[in-house]
Amino acid sequence: MSLLLAPLAYEFFQRGLLASVVVGVLCAVMGTYVVLRGMAFLGDAMAHAILPGVAIAYILKGDLLVGAGVAAVAVALTIGFFTKDGAVKEDTAIGILFAAALSLGVALISAMQTYAVDLSHILFGNVLGVGPSDLWLIGGLSLAILLTVAVLFKPFLVISFDPVLAATLRLPAELLRNLMLVLLALTVVVSLQTVGVSLAAAMLVTPAATAYLLTRRLFPMMVVSALIGALSSVVGLYLSYYFNIVSGSAIVLTATAFFLFAFGWKRISFSW
Amino acid sequence: MSHTPHRLEVQNIRVGYGDRIVLSELSFQIPHGARVAVVGPNGAGKSTLFKALVGLLPLQNGRILIHGEPLGSHRDCVAYVPQREEVDWRFPVTVNDVVMMGRFLQMGWFKRASAQDRDAVQKSLAQMGIVDLANHSIGQLSGGQQQRAFLARAIAQEPHILLMDEPFTGVDVTTQEATLRLLDHLRERDVTALVSTHDLNLAASRFDFILLLKQRLITFGAPREVFTRENLAQAFGNSLLMMDNGLALVDECCSPEEKFTIND
Repeated sequence: MSLLLAPLAYEFFQRGLLASVVVGVLCAVMGTYVVLRGMAFLGDAMAHAILPGVAIAYILKGDLLVGAGVAAVAVALTIGFFTKDGAVKEDTAIGILFAAALSLGVALISAMQTYAVDLSHILFGNVLGVGPSDLWLIGGLSLAILLTVAVLFKPFLVISFDPVLAATLRLPAELLRNLMLVLLALTVVVSLQTVGVSLAAAMLVTPAATAYLLTRRLFPMMVVSALIGALSSVVGLYLSYYFNIVSGSAIVLTATAFFLFAFGWKRISFSW
Repeated sequence: MSHTPHRLEVQNIRVGYGDRIVLSELSFQIPHGARVAVVGPNGAGKSTLFKALVGLLPLQNGRILIHGEPLGSHRDCVAYVPQREEVDWRFPVTVNDVVMMGRFLQMGWFKRASAQDRDAVQKSLAQMGIVDLANHSIGQLSGGQQQRAFLARAIAQEPHILLMDEPFTGVDVTTQEATLRLLDHLRERDVTALVSTHDLNLAASRFDFILLLKQRLITFGAPREVFTRENLAQAFGNSLLMMDNGLALVDECCSPEEKFTIND
């Protein structure tokens, strides 16, 4: 018991715990769309694509989260633009932008004189360094994204499951699709501080994929995914504290363990 | 002569994917409550026509009028039953969820289902004989059951115009019968139905009108007028064999890849 309570004495740990749970839930909920719409590649690409935004913000001494946010939204909308009317296949467009943005990010970083610690935090997350103002930003953005998903639950369901029905019901599918990309981009930005850009994609995909194995309807899938995301964050953060592992890695590895467990359980229960 | 507008009026439309034109110079008018079979060889543009009718493909030319008004002025009157390959059967939804989607316009996008919506879903399920499957995942169903789930959704939508893409291909007899019974039921309600099919016998025996297509309109009319030697030869070309006794054979067998490239 004291093992669980001891770290909570530190305020930085409390903040980190809160931030990672919020991000875990947010990623897991958005992740259901990522998994169901086959956007795993997009999630990964987007996470890496924000690197130049972060680098530029760093050079200009601006807020890194703002830089990341601008880059992510720009990439999301550019992908939407290239793939409109099937001009370029989506995975091709993502591949091009992903590589270009990542290269630009690396180029900018390598051109910098000071190779600062902050950038490694951007890559792998530094949840224990979450300050009070960061926490407000993470909480506010997460709440806004989750509320949007709640309000647009039915339209998002229809455009994901059946684009033709969306057309007969006269949904503005293009607009909704772009909005979903923007929400995804913001989610990646929010998860910067807890798991970092390299691991954000895993938090989008792994809890949702686990929930997919365990549920049969969209809403329960979201709820289970959110629980797994939150639990992975808590367990991962404690592991990170006690074994001195990078927090992002610990969280993602915990989520992966849940996935393997669910996968094995499903295999066994089916073969009986 | 009365001047009631036709249910569905297509005026000289041209549709395609970018530069590739699939259908052009297509015009026809379908009266109130008629049942129309859309017939033509693979790649004739049957699915493309349906996509244009639901507003999924923009018109490059011409216009489509429903009740005398352009497409899009009526939010709730076209329902579409997709081909089975078009649906993601791994999506986590139950049969009940799928049918309920047909009610989304009536209930409003931001509201919960009312008793009336649940009642409409229940009735649609009952009509297609799949009440007991309501809580099954759609991926667990047989092909015929899957189609009936989507037919139930179309009923729940309470459409004025129903579009069905190849509902008779690759399904069991029960589902074929259920589909035909549904068409009879819809006729009582004056619902206009457009059904694409490869089954020329079914088209000739169970439909009021035939729309014979091959990238453009070959002809539109009653089965007797449409299914003539000349028209069929025009539509099916080499895959048509004329026998001396007046019998016509249509060979519409094709490899899946071919079908894929043409329909995609």
